[in-house]
Amino acid sequence: MSGQIVYDINTKFGKYGGRFVPETLRQPLEELASAYEHLKHNDKFLSEYDFFLRDFAGRPTPLYFAKSLSRELGRKIYLKREDLVHGGAHKLNNTLGQALVAKQMGKTRLIAETGAGQHGVATAIVGACLSFETQVYMGEVDIERQKMNVFRMELLGADVIPVRSGSRTLKDAINEAFRDWSANYENTHYLLGTAAGPHPFPTMVRDFQSIIGKETREQILRAEGRLPDSIVACVGGGSNAIGIYAPFLQDKVELIAVEAGGQGIGKTNKTAENGASLNCGTNGILHGALTKILQDPYGQILESYSIAAGLDYPGVGPELAYLAEMGRVQPTMADDKIALKGFKALSQLEGIIPALESAHAVGYTLDSPEILGDLAIINISGRGDKDLATVMAHENF
Amino acid sequence: MRISDAFHHKPLLIAYICAGDPSPAATPELVKRISEAGADIIELGLPHSDPVADGPTIQESSQRAIVAGMNTDTYFEVVSAAKVEIPKIFMGYYNMIYARGLEKFASDCARSGINGVIVPDLPPEEAEPLKIACQNHGVDLIFLAAPNTPQHRLERIVDQTSGFLYLVARPGVTGVRSDLLDDTKNLIARVPDGIPKAVGFGISTPEQAAEIVSAGADAVIVGSACVDLIAKGKLAELEDLIRKMKLAIEIAEKRKIPTVC
Ligand SMILES: Cc1ncc(COP(=O)(O)O)c(C=O)c1O
Repeated sequence: MSGQIVYDINTKFGKYGGRFVPETLRQPLEELASAYEHLKHNDKFLSEYDFFLRDFAGRPTPLYFAKSLSRELGRKIYLKREDLVHGGAHKLNNTLGQALVAKQMGKTRLIAETGAGQHGVATAIVGACLSFETQVYMGEVDIERQKMNVFRMELLGADVIPVRSGSRTLKDAINEAFRDWSANYENTHYLLGTAAGPHPFPTMVRDFQSIIGKETREQILRAEGRLPDSIVACVGGGSNAIGIYAPFLQDKVELIAVEAGGQGIGKTNKTAENGASLNCGTNGILHGALTKILQDPYGQILESYSIAAGLDYPGVGPELAYLAEMGRVQPTMADDKIALKGFKALSQLEGIIPALESAHAVGYTLDSPEILGDLAIINISGRGDKDLATVMAHENF
Repeated sequence: MRISDAFHHKPLLIAYICAGDPSPAATPELVKRISEAGADIIELGLPHSDPVADGPTIQESSQRAIVAGMNTDTYFEVVSAAKVEIPKIFMGYYNMIYARGLEKFASDCARSGINGVIVPDLPPEEAEPLKIACQNHGVDLIFLAAPNTPQHRLERIVDQTSGFLYLVARPGVTGVRSDLLDDTKNLIARVPDGIPKAVGFGISTPEQAAEIVSAGADAVIVGSACVDLIAKGKLAELEDLIRKMKLAIEIAEKRKIPTVC
């Protein structure tokens, strides 16, 4: 473990983060940062957020002792049940928070990017619940892969806008959302779905997701009378991971970040065969922040790959890049096969079908139980119903 | 020619093209034709996979150039081969510069005859290291301001920029648009004296260019309109557009009512 974690309260985590954005986006980011700075200490705002988390999202979510998995791995394993949050994933913790900030700022329209469709659905849900006009950018490739979620978003009253630029996946949907925001920020809030992007997004998203870690801390102390030895979470952009880690950063708890190993770590010219920016990436600027990214030697962003659309992203939030560099977070990988193994194991051992994203975290524990210590927590960031078609299409399952 | 020298003969027409579109080999000749048609400065874009400040025209152009084999090495070869009298300016995203290494990038610029650098996603707050590298090699680092830039920040940007100040004409991304906003004129008026002002983003017609110059700009930047004509292979029309825009801004400059001090 490492030295004291210190943050530059301005815009950065060590050298990571910042605001590498076109000048037109400067002012919208400033306004968002100052609105958020003010609201996060405002009792009325906080109690409204709490109300929606409880009565709409269904929090607190249980910390569940996984008896069979514990027996299998020869140690105590608890599951943080974010799969039980309304919408089926942790994403709503963030969309509720940001939508309430947007309301206070007088915005009438929400835009979002989505890859798997989970964040798009969570945005469409708050758009309907809090009466925003909602438009979701989604790459054409992802629209094809996630038809069910496209239908869910439309049913919830959101428009899904196909993105045809670049690789036509999540990273391009983010670009398109930034372009839209730079033209329409006066009435529009860009509801970014993970703890990445320019300041204040990484901080704000981490804060809204840290409800996961706050509950977990109380729950494990109540159940076991002590903190866990390790916490395991999957990492796409990093929001469920930093959300559960945040309240444990100063403790002696191993924080294990499982990235998508995809089909391997070989890099072809244009695609990385994984989504493992912390493990395989190098320092660079993507979506407004200096962080670890998958890129070619010239700085062109590579297309990432993972069986889990939510982990299929060539970057990662700057705070995780910093914590990994400090040695506070251990970056690891689970490839598609291990994820499928985790998917099946949790379904059959515990009667819980995890999202393919979360299945990476589960699969990793099956493969490397030794590093978990005696008491571990796995963040089950979402439920797997959305992934059934993908899993069925996979051979050898 | 240094950029500051070019501004001795105002108003200027600055043309943007994406280097490598339709092919790296075609770029030097294109630069020459644009210069001969009357452009005073040429901006050469280094294509990036994720051009977040650009609209569809330049996005597609970047994509074509990358497919055609453009990378940072070819970029500097092509730019060196483009031998023109007018200043050449690099335009590109910060990650491409960061990946090359700031010092190497700045020295490559100087070696290939680039006089200035524009990085649309690099605000002054993050730019100190690149600024030092550029200064070491005598290359101007040109910053951007937008209609929504507050006055105190605008003044900071003016302090930081060298060569000229790039004024973004409108909210949103690059691309051809027909309307011009009052905000653009306000922005021109808000810039303190002493730094040349070039206006770009969405300017595509001689009429718009004239309006911008009448409003007090020292230069007009035309990008997507050039890129679009190159994409369609209409090079004669491209030369014609450059000539007409140049003429329009010169007339607009002459018509300016001299202010009595
Ligand atoms: C269920 C689930 N888990 C995890 C992720 C990855 O995102 P993050 O790393 O921000 O938690 C996603 C993204 O769509 C998701 O849907």
